[in-house]
Amino acid sequence: MNWLLVVEQCLNGLQFGVMLFLMAAGLTLVFGIMNLVNLAHGSLYMVGAYLATAAVTRTGSFLAAVVFALLGTLAIGMLMEVLALRTLYERDHLDQVLATFGLILFFNEAVAIVWGRAALFTAVPSALSGHIQVLPGIRYPAYRAVIIVVGLLVALLLYVVVTRTRLGMLIRAGASNRTMVGALGVNIRLLYTVVFGFGAALAALGGLMAGPIYTVLPGMGEEILIQVFVVIVIGGIGSIRGALAGAVVVGMVDTLGRAFLRPMLSTVIGPSAADNAGPALASMLIYILMAAVLYFRPQGLFPALRG
Amino acid sequence: MPTAEPLLAVRGLIKRFGGLVATDGIDLDVAEGETLAVIGPNGAGKTTLIGQLSGDLPPDAGSIRFAGVDVTALPAPARSQRGLARSFQITSIFREFTALDNVALAVQAHAGHSFRFWTPAFTERALREPARATLERVGLGARADVVAGTLAHGEQRQLEIAMALATRPRLLLLDEPVAGMGADESQRMVRLLRELRGRHTIVLVEHDMDVVWALADRIAVMVYGRVIACGTPEAIRANAEVRRAYLGEEVPA
Amino acid sequence: MRSRARVLTLLAGLLALGLVPLVAALTQQPFYLDLFRRIMIFAIAAVSLDLILGFGGMVSFGHAAYLGIGAYAVAIPAFYGIHSGLVQWPLAMVLSGLAALAIGAVSLRTSGVSFIMITLAFAQMLYYLGISINAWGADDGMRLARRSQFGGVLDLTNGYVFYYVVFGLLLTLLWLGNRLVHARFGVVIRAARSNEPRMRAIGFSTFRYKLAAFGIAGAIGGLAGALLTNQTEYLTPSYMHWTRSGEIMVMVILGGIGTLYGPVLGAVAFLLLEDVLSAWTVHWQVVLGPLLVLVVLYARRGLWGLLPEARRADG
Repeated sequence: MNWLLVVEQCLNGLQFGVMLFLMAAGLTLVFGIMNLVNLAHGSLYMVGAYLATAAVTRTGSFLAAVVFALLGTLAIGMLMEVLALRTLYERDHLDQVLATFGLILFFNEAVAIVWGRAALFTAVPSALSGHIQVLPGIRYPAYRAVIIVVGLLVALLLYVVVTRTRLGMLIRAGASNRTMVGALGVNIRLLYTVVFGFGAALAALGGLMAGPIYTVLPGMGEEILIQVFVVIVIGGIGSIRGALAGAVVVGMVDTLGRAFLRPMLSTVIGPSAADNAGPALASMLIYILMAAVLYFRPQGLFPALRG
Repeated sequence: MPTAEPLLAVRGLIKRFGGLVATDGIDLDVAEGETLAVIGPNGAGKTTLIGQLSGDLPPDAGSIRFAGVDVTALPAPARSQRGLARSFQITSIFREFTALDNVALAVQAHAGHSFRFWTPAFTERALREPARATLERVGLGARADVVAGTLAHGEQRQLEIAMALATRPRLLLLDEPVAGMGADESQRMVRLLRELRGRHTIVLVEHDMDVVWALADRIAVMVYGRVIACGTPEAIRANAEVRRAYLGEEVPA
Repeated sequence: MRSRARVLTLLAGLLALGLVPLVAALTQQPFYLDLFRRIMIFAIAAVSLDLILGFGGMVSFGHAAYLGIGAYAVAIPAFYGIHSGLVQWPLAMVLSGLAALAIGAVSLRTSGVSFIMITLAFAQMLYYLGISINAWGADDGMRLARRSQFGGVLDLTNGYVFYYVVFGLLLTLLWLGNRLVHARFGVVIRAARSNEPRMRAIGFSTFRYKLAAFGIAGAIGGLAGALLTNQTEYLTPSYMHWTRSGEIMVMVILGGIGTLYGPVLGAVAFLLLEDVLSAWTVHWQVVLGPLLVLVVLYARRGLWGLLPEARRADG
């Protein structure tokens, strides 16, 4: 096993972790503040990917596609919040799960109606199609490197917004004391809509960046959503810090497991057995990790402090 | 003083929440048969103390011995099985079950295991009859078949006591039993507790000083997570530090 | 006490289910036999889910996992030449029950949203496991060469016999379930949903009862899975897909959560609706989705809840 490959796979793990974080941040924010479990968060990721793909085929400009997908998903997310989700804040989690399950069915089918059921492929934007030198002797696809940078910048931005700004203060206050924020004269309904739209845009950012490296097809959102659940459970629900830590851990474990488990097993149990057991075990790895974390820390690694 | 071991012996109990020390090294002894009232201003750590005694909150340090056994590490259900019963400050009942069902559940918890899948529980005489007797005892006999969530506030508080009694406890932990009650309801509750007094060992957390004077054999005063004084009502009344710190009186030195 | 309307609905409903084969035979529409057998299989799954979801308040979003395990427990022995239902079906129940105990032991350490996410994640893990085992068909699944054999006593290849086997199992489940929810065990489960801290304070170690209920529900889910592979004569990992868990949950809510007969009604309504909508358009989910949102927002008590209630809430 050569170490160049290890470094590359670690970067891939980080890149996947960053994608997971973009999803997890929105989901955990919405849960932490509005106490809403939104299964349809994956749909927003999918919508972002489709809007970007559609725009890039129409205009040829990746930048235009980014703007279009972000704004489009933001609008759809806010519309969704106003039409359906707003009424669910005071409901129990079961109702939220079911209603947002209904939304998933709707979005997956709506996307299939507009763009068909077959997978769409888009190219990496030409400016980012090359490789960059990350370490002497190690070249890494520029596009994936950009994903990592964008993800880390978003994490930084979120940290600053939540800890340093008035909006962040309102968000934190809203989480702990709804009526108080209302009494301060802040329009809490609007605040919630904005926060939800923001989460939707983050999911879309993940989706639109995923387009060129994964396949764009109906149901793509749920594939990642369930992994994001694992992230959130490991990191601790409602905590941005936990979401980041959980995302990186899950991204790494999943990617490295898929890359190296089979070769490692084949030295132990022989190649043919490893061909069967390797992929099976690799696909289960993050769930086993989740079970282990829960066993020792049922609240996750970084539980949010909630009043 | 009798030399027998107290029923409840608390030593050095510490519980922190982040930077806040809610109970700061509490020592308490409760003898069999006595009623100890714990008083103190809001935020003194009384409810945290009850939580640790009942087993809902794990202490950070210290020990709790109950009936001669160290129960510090036991969870709430195990302590209940050993005879420690509690009532909650905020009424905690099974709202959609009838009053009788509520108490029958408490009886059931102490009548063998519940891995029984066949016989309807709410027709078991062995559960119903003790439950009905307990309801009579707290004065809710006539309300047995009313759905608990629809009982009046005072009645729900009585039901809490009935559920605690139905577990045949050796020690009752009562967390503000008259909280939120009107004068009439409050008086009825005090009458009920007066009947229990002496027959049961009671630890009572209460704000209402009239209730405390009426019931307590001894009083422990908590301020900022510590017990600053503990003694007979007369001694507490006379204690200058208590009057300054808690009763809020100007005391000439 | 149940209200008269509910008793009548129940009797009429069960009678109708019992008469479906007759109607199918008379009208020469074996399709209905197939459809209603499928409905009853999902009804069994939905009732088992409601034992933990409605009665126990455990929002498990991974019930399809047990269906899948049950299906594999039939298909894998069959693949190796063991066709006896007396082996396959108990195996299905034991394995899925054990899986439920293992999953429950971890997930019941949490509650609320974590619990939902964890049960979903574990089910999805089993799904990925299924699609990655090449020896057992990977994501294509495998054909079931023969339906489960019962030594010539019951011939499941006869659609009518199979129908009444499923019908009998459903009736048995409802009967046993009715005993269970009113027995000590059921009372503990229901009370723990109502107020868990109180349960612990009066001396119940709720965890073991909830875990046992979780295992029982898993085992019955496994039975439904065993029936389902026999129904389709096919095994596919998609039985474990998370959308399947969602659908079973929808059946429970649609019919009436926390009741025994509601989920049966929900399975009938959901699968008939699916049948009607999918005949009308391939994009039927685009209608079903919003419909679901509306049900959650405006008709939370489910179809069974629409029937007038007697004095006390009852199964």
